[in-house]
Amino acid sequence: MTTNLPKPGDAINGGQALVRALELEGVEVVFGLPGGATLPIYDPILESSMRHILVRHEQGAGHMAQGYAHATGRPGVALVTSGPGATNIVTPLCDAYIDSIPMVCITGQVPYGAIGTDAFQECDTTGITMAVTKHNFLVTEAADLPRIVHEAFHIATTGRPGPVLIDVPKDIVDENNPRSAMQWYEATDADMELPGYNPSGEGDRTAIMAAAELITAAVRPVLYVGGGILKARAAESLRELAELTGIPVVTTLMARGAFPDSHELCLGMPGMHGNYTAVTAMQNADLLVSLGARFDDRVTGKLDGFAPGAKVVHVDIDQAELGKVRAVDVGIRGDCRLVIDSLIECIGELGGADAQSDRGAWRSQLSGWQEKYPLYYEQSEPGNLLKPQYVIEQLRDLNPADTIVASGVGQHQMYASNFWKFDHPYTWINSGGLGTMGFSIPAAIGAQVGMPDRRVWAVDGDGCFQMTAQELVTAAVERIPVKVALLNNGYLGMVRQWQELFYDERFSGVELGADVPNYVQWAEAMGCVGIRVDSPEEVGPAIAKANEINDRPVVVEFRTDPGENVFPMVPAGRTNSDVVVHPSQRGE
Amino acid sequence: MPHNKFHTIVTTVENKPGVLARVSGLFSRRGFNIESLAVAPTDDEKFSRITFTVDVESAPLEQVVNQLDKLINVVDIRELDPEASVSRELMLVTVAVGRERRTAILELIEDYRAYVLNENLTHMTLSLAARPAKLDEFEVDLRPYGITELQRTGRVALPRLDETPI
Repeated sequence: MTTNLPKPGDAINGGQALVRALELEGVEVVFGLPGGATLPIYDPILESSMRHILVRHEQGAGHMAQGYAHATGRPGVALVTSGPGATNIVTPLCDAYIDSIPMVCITGQVPYGAIGTDAFQECDTTGITMAVTKHNFLVTEAADLPRIVHEAFHIATTGRPGPVLIDVPKDIVDENNPRSAMQWYEATDADMELPGYNPSGEGDRTAIMAAAELITAAVRPVLYVGGGILKARAAESLRELAELTGIPVVTTLMARGAFPDSHELCLGMPGMHGNYTAVTAMQNADLLVSLGARFDDRVTGKLDGFAPGAKVVHVDIDQAELGKVRAVDVGIRGDCRLVIDSLIECIGELGGADAQSDRGAWRSQLSGWQEKYPLYYEQSEPGNLLKPQYVIEQLRDLNPADTIVASGVGQHQMYASNFWKFDHPYTWINSGGLGTMGFSIPAAIGAQVGMPDRRVWAVDGDGCFQMTAQELVTAAVERIPVKVALLNNGYLGMVRQWQELFYDERFSGVELGADVPNYVQWAEAMGCVGIRVDSPEEVGPAIAKANEINDRPVVVEFRTDPGENVFPMVPAGRTNSDVVVHPSQRGE
Repeated sequence: MPHNKFHTIVTTVENKPGVLARVSGLFSRRGFNIESLAVAPTDDEKFSRITFTVDVESAPLEQVVNQLDKLINVVDIRELDPEASVSRELMLVTVAVGRERRTAILELIEDYRAYVLNENLTHMTLSLAARPAKLDEFEVDLRPYGITELQRTGRVALPRLDETPI
């Protein structure tokens, strides 16, 4: 810990108070990049117990904080300067907001008296980030800092988690400015001034009993599981509920790993690129039990035709999600873990497993679909182009089951989500709601920092890689041994796929070219090991080699088939009944 | 104008910088239409009151209330059904009044129980606090005389009292 810790009542400056307050929140790592407005915060960091990781771009700091939070469940912390430092982190804030990731972002600000004068590196940070944070603060007095830091962590981590930003004017942290003088105190819950914030966790018991009755009576039910299960640390409870009732489970893109893929009740991922059985099970269900999911358009397809015969039980910590998109029969506001535990009790009171409706026909229908339409791709002959799905399968088979996979956004994300087997919670990290290209490398770095003993693979596309690859310099310098599987097809592949299927193969603005940049040289220049793989037989050995390197990052570039598309697919604007399977599975 | 599509929401908010921006920003990004808005301090300096009338055809009322509730600085929300509340709005209006029209205008003022705030030989500034629909009628009646300026405040409302048995 910090030497010469301040005692309550000690004269201290705002910069020291901010750093100490972060330590008291249990912060071990800060991802950041300094600037003029944060100089007085960076000085006391030298004496702090917190590790500071110097990023190469502020967007990296934000995504690292997200990756850290995803993997550890603890809030990630980013520290950036005013003006461009703040605007560069708007994307991660928005990403964390829509995916409910707990994170605290501290931004420097010009001195309080200069706000509103268009000072150097001034921007209206609280104004800009109001729409992409759960809450934000502009600190006006040094003495407020310990309290506001405590409030920020409280807001970020309770209720529906999310990003909170604290904008800190330079004068109140600058020891040379009298406005930074304050008396130290350790802020506690009693100091918080949040009269309008009352996150509640217990669900309404009457509603839970009503849900239990619907569940017990349902003949074709599906547990529709979203990221809220992971936020609520409810994976164990979910498993108990599924096994008690024998109800099959679909795990959304944000919930992969919340229920083991290898479990006989697991149907995998639903939605636009979900597998046939998961999509079709929801579509034909008579009851959807939505647990921490929000009926995202990528899950529902055309809303009018989504699960037309299903009653809906919706459990969410956010009251505003209940009925927002799909009308509910029973809506329960509450923490998923607490509500599921109560639900299990109520189902028990109704007779438990023995009282459940006969779902034999439903189960055989589901296994019939699974048999007829498994996830599928056509493996290439030796010497031919490498299939991206094969790369994911090899990665899966040559790594431990608890390997953390961080993905970017696009085709590679869908291959990874579908073809990896997620058997542990908190092993899948991706940008679901915002769909932020470039997410994977910094998120993987953040996850590795939080989980140094675990293996972390980033699965990236060539378009994504070029957006945030510079953070591999951060990883190399900090000796953070993430591994990157770069699926290089020379295209913005998902956009290319849509142009092929829906725009008569008129390819516009999607060709990146597979040869420039030279990814192996680029990786080496950043202090990483670079490996190129062109053919299927090289895949396994390259992964094995990468897994042996633990003192620096590794980039394995896989040259994949640019013509490969993601299937199944529900075309935009269509209902989930129109799911399109792989070409070789059609025509029966 | 069908009035039942407008519901009044009375919020108590922390009296902090930027709170109005948080509320109005929420309305615009969620696509909720505000018909009118009134902001004023309360008897407790820590809190202000924001009263808005929302078009519940633009978004379900429940969704508006639930999203507002997520704003950290919003402390209390009351939804007032038009049938179960009393509401008033203030209008200030300047009308052209030649000598020959003065009597007619004064009769209107009498009928509506409006006030003359200011006048000269050619113009009069009037005020009227009333139900929003009443203000609409007043405006229609004044228009033939020539309205030169008009401002309305946005409505404020309180719940109707229970009928207490004596």
